[in-house]
Amino acid sequence: MTEHPKETRPYRYSLAERLYLPLLSGLAVTLKHFLRNLLGRGPGYTIQYPEERRNYSHRFRGHHILTSRPDGSLRCVACFLCATACPAECIHIESGEHPDLNIEKYPVVYDIDMLRCVFCGYCVDACPEDAIIMSTNYDMAYFSRDQSIATKEELSKPYTYDTSRLGYRPHYPEEEAQRAAIREGVVDLIGEARRRQGSAAPAKAS
Amino acid sequence: MPLIETAPAPLLEKLPADSAVPVEGLDQPTWLVRRESLKEVAKMLAADASAGFDLLLDVCGVDYPGRAERFEVVYHLYSIGRHERLRLKVAVPEEDPVLPSLIDVWQAANWFEREVYDMFGLRFEGHPNLRRILTHEAFEGHPLRKDYDPARRWILTEDKIYRPEPRPDDEESGDDMFEPMTINIGPSHPAMHGTFRIVARLDGEVITASEVEIGYLHRCFEKMAETHTWQQVIPFTDRLNYCSSFINNVGYCRTVEKLLGVEAPPKAVWASTILSEFSRIMDHCVCNGATLVDAGALTNFWYFFQPREEIYGLLEACSGARLTVSYCRIGGLAADLPPDFEAHCRRLLEMIPPFMDDIEKLVDKNRIWLDRSVGVAAISGEQAVNWGWTGPCLRASGVANDVRRDHPYDLYDTVDWNVVVLPGGDVYDRYRIRMLEIRESLKIIRQLLDRGIPEGPYIVDDPHVALPPKDVAYNQMEAMIYHFKLIMDGIQVPAGEIYSMVEGANGELGFYAISDGSGKPYRLKVRPPCFPIMSTFSHLIQGGSVSDAVVSLGGLNIIAGELER
Repeated sequence: MTEHPKETRPYRYSLAERLYLPLLSGLAVTLKHFLRNLLGRGPGYTIQYPEERRNYSHRFRGHHILTSRPDGSLRCVACFLCATACPAECIHIESGEHPDLNIEKYPVVYDIDMLRCVFCGYCVDACPEDAIIMSTNYDMAYFSRDQSIATKEELSKPYTYDTSRLGYRPHYPEEEAQRAAIREGVVDLIGEARRRQGSAAPAKAS
Repeated sequence: MPLIETAPAPLLEKLPADSAVPVEGLDQPTWLVRRESLKEVAKMLAADASAGFDLLLDVCGVDYPGRAERFEVVYHLYSIGRHERLRLKVAVPEEDPVLPSLIDVWQAANWFEREVYDMFGLRFEGHPNLRRILTHEAFEGHPLRKDYDPARRWILTEDKIYRPEPRPDDEESGDDMFEPMTINIGPSHPAMHGTFRIVARLDGEVITASEVEIGYLHRCFEKMAETHTWQQVIPFTDRLNYCSSFINNVGYCRTVEKLLGVEAPPKAVWASTILSEFSRIMDHCVCNGATLVDAGALTNFWYFFQPREEIYGLLEACSGARLTVSYCRIGGLAADLPPDFEAHCRRLLEMIPPFMDDIEKLVDKNRIWLDRSVGVAAISGEQAVNWGWTGPCLRASGVANDVRRDHPYDLYDTVDWNVVVLPGGDVYDRYRIRMLEIRESLKIIRQLLDRGIPEGPYIVDDPHVALPPKDVAYNQMEAMIYHFKLIMDGIQVPAGEIYSMVEGANGELGFYAISDGSGKPYRLKVRPPCFPIMSTFSHLIQGGSVSDAVVSLGGLNIIAGELER
């Protein structure tokens, strides 16, 4: 059985410390920073929010966006996967039958309770239609609880499509190349067939 | 590392027959102990020289409504010297829910037993203060029992609020000229990092007795985990120790991975180690910064928070969130590393040390800080172990105990670093040890970066565990089916139980997970490192002044999200 120390051995002051001398080196540190900032050579860490904002990556998990098809209707097919995946249970969907027979369903109601949402991005991961993505918008302040429920209309407002403010979504710009490689490996069946044909008959190809 | 470590079989022979029976086939040596002989077994395990189980890590209740003896209390023990673990299980019937308290063997049992009482309604005979700890006084029922409806709510009215009156044993009653005074520090008080309430009995400026009330941030993480799928728990773990949420993610995901028999790919493991160390640096920055602010040293706070701010930038670039990152997934990471990950890390490695140098010049030998911290809230290593301490606070008391070294996970056994130990056991050494550990963490990160990013995927290629990439899911029927199955049914974790630990920023962060194969955790117990540390608080501040209490709370690094779950 190992013995643990029964006593504590506190730090022992040196003579200089008794005389408060190390305070001077501390003062030198603050003076150095003070002068540097005064002369404008400081690193300038302060961000003057809201005029200035921190730059966030294209993965930022902010306010949600419901994306739409080229004709302006929502891409969402009310499959409820996002609501199922949501750990905070903040997504409320009511589905209706879509007039287009190819589409089956669409969301009559699509509400996200922003006060319940934990911004984990699971809805984006779950969506099989790229219908819900996130923006880099984090300015969410409400005067009442009712306001905090973002409806279908609010989630699909046109201003949310500002491409520079798109956040967490299945395709990050920086990963496009990588994903393209995956895509090539998986879906390019025609190319694959051609390549196979080509390797079988190299003389013909040349 | 093999999961099953050597079982302490010879110890069994020292016990009376059939007081403890070993169980086969679990992740660590486990004994079924008879309720009547629990205390005897515990005493032997703590005192016997060849056993030396000096640390009581965790006490966890489990409810099995189908069993003849409905409840089970699980004790996790650890021997610091021999790095061995032992699990004791005690069955308790519903009609007679009483078992002996182990408080006189390990002080750490104090709050853990209160928690089991609160959550399951099991009574511990011999416990001096068996009250609810996480829920409030108007709460009825025991939330972690399986028949408790998770949606129940209870309203605490003012007339039911518990008003503790701590009183030292030797206090003379009555007509003294200087009347002792009882004051509330907190729950909403700037010095209480989070929301705690300390009711202190003062004799002048000196605290003669005190009682700590916690639970203001309790949200029953463990009950929530039982009603969600395994992967849905990850965002909840962010909110345990929210100063270093990534370490919680890693701890939880490694636990489930072990249950599943899945291993995260090298790239994910490499990145987890680096980001865990950055999270540790951040956590230490918050702790030291806040402690120094409590002592009146404000400048350091800014010097500490700038590196933290930049590390948040790195985490955000990886995961999309600064505080609640949720970057780990079971089997790897949520997304690939950003293209400039390595460059970003190197920038941080360059910028952090100058800040630390400045802080050390400002406070390390500053007599004002020394006077406030040296010898304050001192605890010896032996006592700290008895109270269940782990992590930097224990190492500041001279006990070298670090999960990263003793039970290496991820890449910690492949890098060169030191476990820092200091002898003081006081607020000053708790501050110093964090400064030194920041340097050690930087050392680990530097070595890993020099190896370069490992090639390969960032998450396992197993559609039963990880969602297939979106492109694949959109174009392959099979992948789409897996996508739907995984989200609707969750990861199907086979039945079993496991205790898995990582070194959190303030101690051993353990997850004890029990799966019944249903797709949701049957029971998920967190071993929060600051829970036993906080249970010592009354004892630590006794005899000191109120201002000492404020500084010592800062130095312990209590994170309410983890303490109260």
